[in-house]
Amino acid sequence: MTSRQRTTISATVVLVISMASSVLLLHHIDEIRPREIVDDTLYVASPKLVKRVSLGFDGLMACIYWTRAVQYFGHRHYLREHSYNELAPLLEITTSLDPNLFPAYQFGANFLAPAPPNGAGQPERAIRLMEYGIQHNPDNWRLYYNLGFIYYTELKDYKKAAEVFDRGSKTPDAHPSLKILAALMAEHAEDFATARLLWSAAYQTSNETSIRQNALEHLRSLQVDEDVTNLQNAVTRFVERNGRTPTTLWEVVNAEHLRGLPVDPDGIPYELSLEGQVLVANPDDFPFITKGTPPGYKPGPPKFHTKT
Amino acid sequence: MSARIIHIASNTFREAVRDRVLYNLIAFALLLSGAAIFVGQISIDIERLVVVNLGLSAVSLFGVVIAIFIGIGLVSKEIEKRTLYTVLSRPVRRWEFIVGKFFGLAGTLVVNTFFMGIGVFGALLYVAHKFSSGDAQILTALYFIILQFLIICSLALLFSSFSSPLLSAIFAFALFVIGSFSDDLRGFAYLTHGIAHWIATGAAYLVPNFSALNVISAVAHEQGIGGQLILQNTVYALFYSAMALSGAVLIFERRNLK
Amino acid sequence: MPAIEILGLEKTYMVGFWRKRPKRALHPLHLTVEEGEIFGFLGPNGAGKTTTLKLMMGLVFPTGGTARILGQEWTDPEVKAQIGFLPEQPYFYDYLTAHELLDYYGQLSGVPGKERKPKIEQMLRRVGLHDVKGVQLRKFSKGMLQRVGIAQAILHDPKLVFFDEPMSGLDPLGRREVRDLMEQLKHEGKTVFFSTHILSDAEALCDRVAIIHKGELRGVGAVEELTSAVQGKVEVIWQGTQIPASMKALGAECHTTGDTIRAVIPESQQDAAIDALRRERMRLIAITPLRTSLEAYFVEKLQHSQTTAGVSK
Repeated sequence: MTSRQRTTISATVVLVISMASSVLLLHHIDEIRPREIVDDTLYVASPKLVKRVSLGFDGLMACIYWTRAVQYFGHRHYLREHSYNELAPLLEITTSLDPNLFPAYQFGANFLAPAPPNGAGQPERAIRLMEYGIQHNPDNWRLYYNLGFIYYTELKDYKKAAEVFDRGSKTPDAHPSLKILAALMAEHAEDFATARLLWSAAYQTSNETSIRQNALEHLRSLQVDEDVTNLQNAVTRFVERNGRTPTTLWEVVNAEHLRGLPVDPDGIPYELSLEGQVLVANPDDFPFITKGTPPGYKPGPPKFHTKT
Repeated sequence: MSARIIHIASNTFREAVRDRVLYNLIAFALLLSGAAIFVGQISIDIERLVVVNLGLSAVSLFGVVIAIFIGIGLVSKEIEKRTLYTVLSRPVRRWEFIVGKFFGLAGTLVVNTFFMGIGVFGALLYVAHKFSSGDAQILTALYFIILQFLIICSLALLFSSFSSPLLSAIFAFALFVIGSFSDDLRGFAYLTHGIAHWIATGAAYLVPNFSALNVISAVAHEQGIGGQLILQNTVYALFYSAMALSGAVLIFERRNLK
Repeated sequence: MPAIEILGLEKTYMVGFWRKRPKRALHPLHLTVEEGEIFGFLGPNGAGKTTTLKLMMGLVFPTGGTARILGQEWTDPEVKAQIGFLPEQPYFYDYLTAHELLDYYGQLSGVPGKERKPKIEQMLRRVGLHDVKGVQLRKFSKGMLQRVGIAQAILHDPKLVFFDEPMSGLDPLGRREVRDLMEQLKHEGKTVFFSTHILSDAEALCDRVAIIHKGELRGVGAVEELTSAVQGKVEVIWQGTQIPASMKALGAECHTTGDTIRAVIPESQQDAAIDALRRERMRLIAITPLRTSLEAYFVEKLQHSQTTAGVSK
C-alpha cells in the first residue's frame, strides 16, 4: 500500500469517527448545559435593545425568539415549573421585532395569563401584549379574540370580555363565534356552552400544537365538569325523592331512565363516593376540571406536553 | 514525522508574527478594552458587567477575524505562490503540512488570546479596583474562546484546501454566525416534520456548536461553569477540529497543484 | 541502478467548462537516466517538461504509468530526502531571510541540528549569498533568488537533483556560474536532470539528452552520438581576400569576412584544398570537420513530428 493510500484510509477513518463523536457529544452537552443559565439570564431583556442589535434582521430574530419562547415554555411546563419569568420578555421581544407574528399573541393569551404550573400567571402582561398587537393590527379579529379570551378565562371580567368580543366582531373577516360570544357574555357567561364555544374556537383557529392540545384538554375537562354537574343534580333529585343517598350510580341511572352508565370522555364510568359525591375515575387525566375530584386531591404532573 | 509538523507549525507562527496584520489587530483590541473603561464611567453599577462582556466579546470577535483572515490563505496562498513546490519536494507528507499549519495558526491565536486576556483583566482591575472570586471564571470563558478558535481554524483550513480565499472567508464566517445560533437551529429542526426534519437535524448537528462555548454572559454574572461542561466542550472541540482537518487532508492529498 | 526510470508516466487534464474535454499534457513517457550523468530534457515551451518534473515531484498525479527514483517507488516520501528540486522561477517565503529559509528547509529535509548550521554557511558561500544571508528574501533580485533555489536544492546533499530551467532569467555571468556548478555536481558523483529550451547550454553540459514536443518524446541519445553525424564536409578557413579558382573548382561554398575566407568542401577534397592553398601561398588558419549541431537535430526532430502529426491528422 502506498503511503498516499495509507493516509487516505487513516484520514477517512478519523473523519468518520470524529464526526460521529462530535454529533453524539453535542447531544450530551445539551443535556448537561445548565438550563437556568440559558433561560434566566436573558441579558438583553429590553425589546428596544434587541431591535438595535439585530442589525435590521428583525424578522429573523423574531423567528428565533419565537422558537425560544415555545421551547422555553414547553420544557418548563413538562417539568411542572412554577416560574416562567422569561416567557413575557421573550414574547414581548418577539412581537416588538415583528408585530405581525400572530402565533406569539395566541401563545401569550393561552400561556402567559393562566396561573402556574399551566402558565406564567401574568394576565396583566398578557393583556398588554394583546393590546400592543391590536395597536399594530387593528383589523385582526384574532387579537380581539385572544384579549377577550383572557378577560373571560382568567379575570372572569365578563363585561370587559363582551366589549372586546364585540369590537372584534366588527373587524372584516371576523370569525362568526365572536358575535355569538359577545352576546353570550351578557347572560350566559358561566354556561358550559359558552366556554365550549370559546375553547372550540381556540382549537380551530390555531395551528400551534401546544395551543391546540391545551384547548382540547380544556374541552375534555369542560365535558367532565358538565357531566359531573348533571350527575350530581341527578343524585340530589334521587336523595330528595328517596330520602337516602344512592349506593351505586346504577340506581341513579335507573331512576332517570338513562341509557347506560355515564362515562367520561375517555370512556371510563364515573364513580359515586360513599357520601354521594360524583367522582371521575382518573382526575389526573383532566388537568382543568373543577368538579368531580375527591376532597384533598392534589393534581399530578401534566401528561399532555411532550418533552422539548 | 512529528518533528516536521513542529517545524511547519513554528514557521507558520513566524509568518503570522511577521505579517503586520497581527499587530494591528492586537492594538485594536486593546483600544476597545480602553473604550470599555469609558463606558463603565457612564453607567452606574454595571461597569464590571460591561467590561467583561465587551472585553470577552472583542477577544472572541477579533480572534475569529484573525483566524479566518490568516486561515483562508494558509493553503491556497502557498499553492497560488508556488512556495509549496520546494516544500513538497522534501520528505514532507501532505497531511503533515496541513496539521502543521493548523498548529501554527492555533498557536498564534493562543498567544494572541493570552495577551488579550491580560488586557481584559487589566481593564477589569482598573474598573473594579479589585478582583472578585467570580473573575476566575473569566479564564474559563477565555479557554472556551480558544476552543472556538480551534474549530474556526480547522474550518478555515478545510476551506483553504480547495477554495479561493474569498469564498473560504465567506464560508468560514457564515459557519461562525450559524454556529453561534446552533441552539436555535436545533430548535427549528426539532419543530419540522418529514424529510425537512432529517435534513435540518443533520445540518443542525454538523454545524459547529458555538452556543455551548459562549459563556460570556454567564461569566459576566459571575456564575460558575461546571467541570463536566468544560470537559465535554474540550472533547467536542477536539473531535470537531479533527473532523474538519481530516476533511482538509483528504482533499489536499488529491489536489493537483498548478 | 538507473537514477531515474520513467515507466509510461502520462498526464491528461480535463478542460473546458464542464471539464469534459481531455487535454493531453504528457503522452506515456518511457525514459531512463543513469547515475552520475547530466541529463538534459529539451523541448520548446509548453512541451511537457515542467509537467514531467511536477509528476516526478508528486505535485501532480499521473493518469497512468509509474516511475522509480533511485530504485524506489517515486511516491515514497523517504526517497525525497535524497533528491533536490529547483522549480522554474522559484518562489520562496519572502518574509524569511536566506539563512532562515535554508534552515527551515534543512529541518524539513531531516538534516540533523548540529550539521545544519555549518552546512548552511557552506552552501551560502558556495552560491555567493553569504553577505546577504540576513536579508529578507522579498528584497532579493531574480538572480539572487535563483541562487537561493540552487542552495536549497543541494543543501541536504542529495544524490539526484532536478532543475527546471535553471538558467532562465540569469545574466551571462550567472549562467556560467550555474553551468560550473552543475559540472561540479557531476564531479561529486551526483546525477543532474535538468530541463531547458536553450540548446547551447545542453550541448555544453549534457551527457545525454531527450527531446520532447507536444507531450511526446521525440528523441533520446548521447550528445556525442547525436551530433557526431558528420555531414561528410569539412570547413576550411584561410587568410586572404581572393578565392582561388582551384578552390572554386572543388565546388566550395565560400564566405568572406574581412580578410578571412571560409569555405565548405567535401571531405574527399580536403587534401586537394590544402594543396591549392599552398600553391597560392595563402595562409591556412583551420580545417574542421563539420558536425551537426544539436540545434539542427532538434529542429529536424520537431519538424518531423509536425509532419507526421499533420499526416496522422
